Amino acid sequence: GNWGRLAAQQSLTQDGLIGAPRAGDVTVVHVTDIHAQTQPIWFREPSINLGVGQVEGKPPHITGPEFRAAYGIEQGSALDYALTYQDFVALGREYGRMGGLDRIATVVRAIRDQAPGAILLDGGDTWQGSLPSLRTNGGDMVRLFNALGVEAMTSHWEFTLGIDRVTEIVENELGCPFLGANIFDAMWDEPAYEPMTRFERNGTQVAVIGQAFPYLPIANPSWMFPDLSFGVRAERMAEVVEEARAGGAEVVVVLSHNGFDVDRKLAAEVPGIDVILTGHTHDALPEPVRVGDTHLIASGSHGKFVSRVDLDVADGRVGEVRHRLIPIFADVIAPDPEMAALVSETRAPFADEMAEVIGQTDSLLYRRGNFNGTWDDLICQALLTERDAEIALSPGFRWGASVMPGQDITREDIFNATAMSYPAAYRTEMTGDMLKIVLEDVADNLFNPDPYYQQGGDMVRVGGLGYRIDIAAEQGSRLSDLTMLSTGEPIDPSRSYVIAGWASVNEGTEGPPIWDVVESHIRNQGTVSVPENTTVALKAG
Amino acid sequence: LGAAAAIFLPRIGWADATTDAIAEFTGGADLTEGGALKLTAPEIAENGNTVPIEVDAPGAEAILILATGNPNPDVGTFHFGPLSGAQMASTRIRLAGTQDVVAVAKMADGTFQRASQEVKVTIGGCGG
Amino acid sequence: MADNVTPRVRVPSSASAGEDITIKTLISHPMESGQRKDKEGNTIPRSIINRFVTTFNGETVIDVTMEPAISTNPYFEFVSKVPESGTFEFTWYDDDGSVYTESKDITVE
Ligand SMILES: [Mn+2]
Ligand SMILES: [Mn+2]
Repeated sequence: GNWGRLAAQQSLTQDGLIGAPRAGDVTVVHVTDIHAQTQPIWFREPSINLGVGQVEGKPPHITGPEFRAAYGIEQGSALDYALTYQDFVALGREYGRMGGLDRIATVVRAIRDQAPGAILLDGGDTWQGSLPSLRTNGGDMVRLFNALGVEAMTSHWEFTLGIDRVTEIVENELGCPFLGANIFDAMWDEPAYEPMTRFERNGTQVAVIGQAFPYLPIANPSWMFPDLSFGVRAERMAEVVEEARAGGAEVVVVLSHNGFDVDRKLAAEVPGIDVILTGHTHDALPEPVRVGDTHLIASGSHGKFVSRVDLDVADGRVGEVRHRLIPIFADVIAPDPEMAALVSETRAPFADEMAEVIGQTDSLLYRRGNFNGTWDDLICQALLTERDAEIALSPGFRWGASVMPGQDITREDIFNATAMSYPAAYRTEMTGDMLKIVLEDVADNLFNPDPYYQQGGDMVRVGGLGYRIDIAAEQGSRLSDLTMLSTGEPIDPSRSYVIAGWASVNEGTEGPPIWDVVESHIRNQGTVSVPENTTVALKAG
Repeated sequence: LGAAAAIFLPRIGWADATTDAIAEFTGGADLTEGGALKLTAPEIAENGNTVPIEVDAPGAEAILILATGNPNPDVGTFHFGPLSGAQMASTRIRLAGTQDVVAVAKMADGTFQRASQEVKVTIGGCGG
Repeated sequence: MADNVTPRVRVPSSASAGEDITIKTLISHPMESGQRKDKEGNTIPRSIINRFVTTFNGETVIDVTMEPAISTNPYFEFVSKVPESGTFEFTWYDDDGSVYTESKDITVE
């Protein structure tokens, strides 16, 4: 109740959360993977976040008790709630929602008061993930992030607005450089976007290099940006770092959307990077991970955290690096009035539509984790029933706010888990054999021991189907015991199954938008109950 | 995902054809691994129908490219003329599924070098 | 014969003496592999560009043997010496006997 909540929050104050670290010669502020979330939200962190090969058991591939132990976090504390998954519902009722762009604005302002000239950087996945951002083709987020004072950004889901819209925003609307050292024109193999931007702060030269999501044309529909090629391009990164140093940069920051493990490998391969601000894999870590002289910072997602990095620079070299992961507790940090007003303005045209109550939930709806979350299970159930299919497939996105048990499900909640530009809920037939090939292929994109062969994201979620998985096995043999849940029969490799899914990367995919399918299903149910998924069995490695 | 499966081609091995093609190029001479020859290809192909590759072998006379997992592994051969400024070239190739791309360089002294890289051709979809 | 075959090349218009320059070429061509089938299930016959040659003032820079595994719209990037001012000749040879050519002048300063 309220007493418990007050007690829990008593030790939390706005000043305490923001802190007052000694300002460095250069101060960098990082937000990433906001996914168009302007409001305080619930967001449950994963219970399972597997690392393979050399990164097994290393941050960020630890959850729950291991996570608390690694960082000395007390069970039931505010940071436990913010960073792990256990007792999420109970702790959530004590500590409240997190995020909100108006609270982030307050924090950014406070940091800039303490460290004038602090450089605010956005790691991308900013323009997608909500109903207003979908309706305005990212225009609301561009406006809000301009107001926040972002000084450079990189990208991933931005490109799913289509190349014409991206160009329009970059040329006419965006108030900062749109960086991507690894974005090339596919025809002539020449750089398509600015690779870096430079700052001078307190007499110190800083280069910020942008790195867009390397696997955009594979993980997202390449027909939406047909003339671009991406890739990790480690050699190109090395060239740009050298160019930055040759141009006098004393501090080199890479604003990256590679995903954590790719960045860890890149840091080992490319010399001369002081800080990598990581993104895409949505990890939040209270301390930097060191790879040689490079500090990897992970700032979470959905506006839950802001990272502040202070660098001391002497004789042209970075000395001490101080990092603070600031959790944005929405009930503790006061909204910035100007940003609050601007956010309301961008939401106003859609406010009634978003507020409509579609149903209720008895269960916590969340997505994050390597395998099915309850939000995904609900979407899969919607696909099975509304599209009359035997098996449902739902993509392993890491974005999507949680919904607390006992809460109304509004249309806004549904869009927070589904809003994107290729939402068609397709219906198709696939043999059991092909289904296994598809699932094995996705599994290899997640669990290949070489990070450069990983795309990030999580395993495709399945409905109507159970399987066992051994993530350490070879490509093509990780999955076994594929079973139709309705009959208990093994999947027949030669039989054809009716499959429903959404978010196909193929051009011309047909079907109703997934949000209509989910809304209809929830209306029919009234109150949804989604038990924890037990149909995917993980073989202990 | 879904309809994407229709364009997916499973991994097939054609080791004998690759061995034959190399033997034809080298006349059966020994191969050294690596050396001056560098083959660059993406870890994951953005599109299996157009995969960028680059070969670079200072001092080479010719470089043979093979796609070991294609029904026919032959891709092409670069012959460098007297006005070649560097014995390097880039092109774009078709790969019928995940496989090793192999390059074999014939050096000016008549020796041969080999390099290979695995390129993953995936169905795609999903993401963070 | 393939339709709308258009060669395009990128060559700097000038170079300094002794400089090596990077050349990029692209030719629009379907590169029909001979392995695809049409709607009726009949094999579509192979029709590719099988050779690409670049010369400068008559001397060979690069000579490429091409197989059906070269992608649609064949692309090449390579490096040439430029001993003096002169002309690059680019030639693509089609299975059907067609020959496509393009040339570019370069001035050595
Ligand atoms: Mn993201
Ligand atoms: Mn991303």
